[in-house]
Amino acid sequence: MDETIGAALVIGGGIAGMQSALDLADSGFYVYIVDYSPSIGGAMAQLDKTFPTNDCAMCIMAPKLVETGRHQNIKLITNANVENVEGEAGNFKVTINKRPRYVDESKCTGCGLCTQRCPVEVKDEYNRGFKIRKAVYIKYPQAVPPIHCIDQDHCIGCGICETQCRAGAIKYSQTQEKIDLNVGSIIVSPGFEEFDLRTMRREYGYGRFPNVVSSLELERMLSATGPYGGVVLRPSDGKVAQKIAFIQCVGSRDRSIGNPYCSSVCCMFAIKEAVIAQEHTPELSSTIFFMDMRAFGKEFDDYYIRAAKEHKVRFVSNNRISSVEEMPKTKNLKIVYIFGGELKEEEFDLVVLSVGMEKPKGAHELGEKLGIELNDFDFCNTTIFSPISTNKPGIYVCGVFQDPKDIPDSVAQASGAATKVSSIIASQRNTLTTVKEYPPEKEVGEEEPRIGAFICHCGINIGGVVNVPKVVEYAKTLPNVIFAEENLYTCSQDTQEHIKEKIKEHNLNRVMVASCTPRTHGPLFQNTVAESGLNPYLFEMANIRDQCSWVHMEEPERATEKAKDLVRMALAKARLSTALPKVPIDVKPSALVIGGGISGMNAALELASQGFEAHIVEKESELGGLVNRLHYGLKGEDIPTWLNKTIENVNSNDKIKIYKNTTVKDVNGYVGNFVTTLDQNGEEKEIEHGAIIVASGGAEYQPKEFLYGKNDKVLTQLEFDNILYNNELDPNAKTVVMIQCVGCRDEIRTYCSRVCCVEAVKNALKAKEKNPQISVFVLFKDMRTYGFREIYYEEAARQGIQFIRFFDNTKPVVTDDNGLEVKVYDHFLNEDVVIKPDYLVLSAATVPNPDNYDLAKILKVPLTKDGFFLEAHMKLRPVEFATDGIFVCGLAHSPKFFNECISQSSAAVSRAATILSKEKLFVEGMVSSVDEELCIGCRTCEFVCPYGAVRKDEEELVAKVMEVLCKGCGICAGSCPENAITIRNYTETQLTAQAMAALREAI
Amino acid sequence: MATKFEPKILGFLCNWCSYAGADLAGVSRYQYPANLRIVRVMCSGRVEPSLILEMFIQGADGILVGGCHFGDCHYQTGNYFAEKRVKLTKKLLKRIGFEEERLRLEWISASEGERFAETIREFTKQIKEIGPSPVSGTTPNVDILKALFAAKNAVKDFRLKLLVSRELDLVMEGNVYNEKVPQEEIDTVLDAAINYELDRCSIIFEVRDEALSVDELAQRLELPPNRVLQHIVTLRDRGLVMLDRIDNDTPLYLAVEEGIK
Repeated sequence: MDETIGAALVIGGGIAGMQSALDLADSGFYVYIVDYSPSIGGAMAQLDKTFPTNDCAMCIMAPKLVETGRHQNIKLITNANVENVEGEAGNFKVTINKRPRYVDESKCTGCGLCTQRCPVEVKDEYNRGFKIRKAVYIKYPQAVPPIHCIDQDHCIGCGICETQCRAGAIKYSQTQEKIDLNVGSIIVSPGFEEFDLRTMRREYGYGRFPNVVSSLELERMLSATGPYGGVVLRPSDGKVAQKIAFIQCVGSRDRSIGNPYCSSVCCMFAIKEAVIAQEHTPELSSTIFFMDMRAFGKEFDDYYIRAAKEHKVRFVSNNRISSVEEMPKTKNLKIVYIFGGELKEEEFDLVVLSVGMEKPKGAHELGEKLGIELNDFDFCNTTIFSPISTNKPGIYVCGVFQDPKDIPDSVAQASGAATKVSSIIASQRNTLTTVKEYPPEKEVGEEEPRIGAFICHCGINIGGVVNVPKVVEYAKTLPNVIFAEENLYTCSQDTQEHIKEKIKEHNLNRVMVASCTPRTHGPLFQNTVAESGLNPYLFEMANIRDQCSWVHMEEPERATEKAKDLVRMALAKARLSTALPKVPIDVKPSALVIGGGISGMNAALELASQGFEAHIVEKESELGGLVNRLHYGLKGEDIPTWLNKTIENVNSNDKIKIYKNTTVKDVNGYVGNFVTTLDQNGEEKEIEHGAIIVASGGAEYQPKEFLYGKNDKVLTQLEFDNILYNNELDPNAKTVVMIQCVGCRDEIRTYCSRVCCVEAVKNALKAKEKNPQISVFVLFKDMRTYGFREIYYEEAARQGIQFIRFFDNTKPVVTDDNGLEVKVYDHFLNEDVVIKPDYLVLSAATVPNPDNYDLAKILKVPLTKDGFFLEAHMKLRPVEFATDGIFVCGLAHSPKFFNECISQSSAAVSRAATILSKEKLFVEGMVSSVDEELCIGCRTCEFVCPYGAVRKDEEELVAKVMEVLCKGCGICAGSCPENAITIRNYTETQLTAQAMAALREAI
Repeated sequence: MATKFEPKILGFLCNWCSYAGADLAGVSRYQYPANLRIVRVMCSGRVEPSLILEMFIQGADGILVGGCHFGDCHYQTGNYFAEKRVKLTKKLLKRIGFEEERLRLEWISASEGERFAETIREFTKQIKEIGPSPVSGTTPNVDILKALFAAKNAVKDFRLKLLVSRELDLVMEGNVYNEKVPQEEIDTVLDAAINYELDRCSIIFEVRDEALSVDELAQRLELPPNRVLQHIVTLRDRGLVMLDRIDNDTPLYLAVEEGIK
């Protein structure tokens, strides 16, 4: 008997954990998220903006928070930690220890009255102590679950919160609880802890000098919800900071404090903060003191360049600042640094320490409980071939706990981990999840609206300002209102039952709730309405709390008038709302994988392991792509052996079909139902599939610089790697010179190729290993050996490999008039150094596949200016396009490492599986619809739609909406020159009626 | 006036950023005057100029369109369209002598609760200073009201809608010849279209119920007669205006009822 359990446990509910959970829950598995904190969201919830798009972190994260919190197949266990784990892959028994929050989670409505009255003020950790919170509190306004929590360390037990709570949710008697879970697989994503800056009290004065703050403290200052409303103030005197210094690598790249690795994100984090600070205070200037600027990710270098050009950010490289001195009178801070070979001294208003990432709290114990291997720094150990797998089968890892990384890489890896879990528990798909069954829908059709109005007091949140009984009386006078009443809490469980009864009793066909915001509570009421047999779109909401009682607390009369208006407006819209069907469409459980390199092959294998068919299309006659030219990993891993085995696995898998010497000629259809025409050696073939994964790969740049192709001693890193692997290194060779950034980070390709610094370090170490006498010089702009790769850079330096920095204006010069000669200006020695190498190895750029241009046109998806594919959202949707059902991974997305390609291709499969695992997809009702009588086929809608959801039908010559792709934004409706398109339930008539109702009493 | 002027302000806010910002203002208890009535839309790109103009006709004293900051749009590009549409609407308002300050576009993120409240305080104050809408109340300014109707018809018309919807694509991505159209060129075309379509809609409006001559129209609309004539020619081509009769050698024109949407 199969004892596999169709459920998974995710440890840590940060952005990575949430992504894993959502992917799994959307693919037919039940998911538990255990989070140590009283709410999920992790580190991202504290961020103001995110690089390199300057997106507002909360804006992009909140929808995911809400979705995770509301998902019927995700169970949140917060304020809890893992106590014990037994069993093996497929069937783990886990004990969770849930600490008391002294608030009944099933009763708390999150109304916040308890917090208002609590007399105890505590430093607010969320705002880094710059603000206060109460002893009964919610971590931040958008926190999920929106349930308050008593902080027992500070609570004085006065009992006031119990007296204030109208929901009876305060439970002082709560105790620790043990919860037993049975899951098939586990994902570990506990995130990280910041390096403790107090240990650097002496050097940088953190905790001693008020104007020395951490980068996360600055982040809160920059936030509109932070202590200073987004303006950077000096904590010492509250003056606006004008001159800020950032000190990089505090708690990272520092063996003396035990953290020799690089934290990967702090460089970009600092640039972002400097840019945002300057946006908030235009006169402000920042200086970033750093060793190497590690802007290695997609579009990062462009951001770096822009920061210097447009945002007064000064970059001072080659500096590890050792100390900060405070000026006693002004509380300014003095920093000593090296510039142009000289020591300089400068004063700043504020000093920001770019704090590094460390193992999460309790990492060691967690590792022991799970039986997983950790590295020297208590991060999880993985290999380049399985970057998401721990050493224990069935337990996977993602996010910073695997290697310090940024949000998109964490999110991608999180999806990848979900794929790994799925492959373990795929046999039990849909066994533990619940599908909500609703009663058959009542036909409403054209019948006269019969509206029920439910108006909420929200304890005293609304009722304390707005005269709710008056609003109810008023609602009763409005047309079509059959029933109106007030509720203490309209959202409470018993009120849901009550609403259902009233719908039946009065034969209501529309429901209007006036309470808080539809953004959080709309779905709850829609569900109630659906449970009583009404279409959920026959529901409307008036926001009389967040947008009325809470913002007009001093004007109860006007607030009451406004509440009446809001109710009248909502009713005006509700009267015109129509039932919208959820239309099912079939899904073909197979995917097209474009490209047969490692990303493509790994994607195909992952698809197959979940039971989906994969069609690999490879342009060349062999699988393997660029990896055919790669031999060693950084730790000396044997890549060719792995590659051969992988090719064998792909070849022998009967779920995988391989089309070599083949290109994609045309793609038709849409998510779930694509039809693709292939061109195999001139012969056309048609295949049908439900999803597309683009893994078209990249190539090594063929240098035109530095005598490449003209002098035999000049090679690329891949060519040198080949020589080393085949033991063809000339035994008489004495000197190797490597030049970094050849063909990238220049005027033509402004981006960084991400892998070349590590490749150089790897090959340099390998050359040293083969011949310890050999001298290696690496000429570089910034060494970008991020994460744990830094250890090897450190090792290379230890072994005497020489690193010489050059700048754009001091690029090395290569000649072969007197034999091959490299001349470079050494900034330490202040003179030209001339080296005569036996090998000159060029770290050539990774360039995109030139076929991307055609492919992008065929798939109707965008490219970056550099020719890589551009994903739907750089931060939170790193492997998918805005067009549903099409995904991207590997070098097609941007330059990246071997293991990152594996993570990312697993991620693409996870996202695809959320579609392929469903027998049918349901089209949301709130979509565009075209009046074909009016449409003239001008294609305007096609141009403006970000999702490729409206297209002109070439036979009927009118626009057709592919409802399954439509997201209901209404941009097309606003654009149609013939006014032929509208959005269901956001029709022009409805919006006009609603707005008109605001302006006049009579309707 | 005995009672204090309390303006009626409408806000069309996108669900993901500005509406969320308004919610956060509440959660954080930032107070602002109770003059604003919010209509939630999924995306600011949904808000059509005709909807805005209709609400001014209906007597709104101020209208706020709120969307996500550039780059934050939940639907990728919706806010760019919102910007173009509000710009167009403002141009029209300016042309017809209706205070364009009554219409405001703001990007407010989900975390900018305080800024939301501040924006509303400031906007409400500004509208109070400008005073009641000239078309609200019991004695509306008929000329402006007519002009607003004309403007609304102009923005509902194919030409302006097409131009303003395709502007972004033509400037950023390029046209059918793979050329990026300079912004100034688009502006020139768009401005001309605004002027002409507004004139034309005004003419139609005037000749709805009574047949008028070119001279009479020119006087009423304060336009040069030769331009009125040009418009009449275009409108006759479009089938929107017809020759009613000729009085004393003076042709009189009347709107074609079926032609009016």
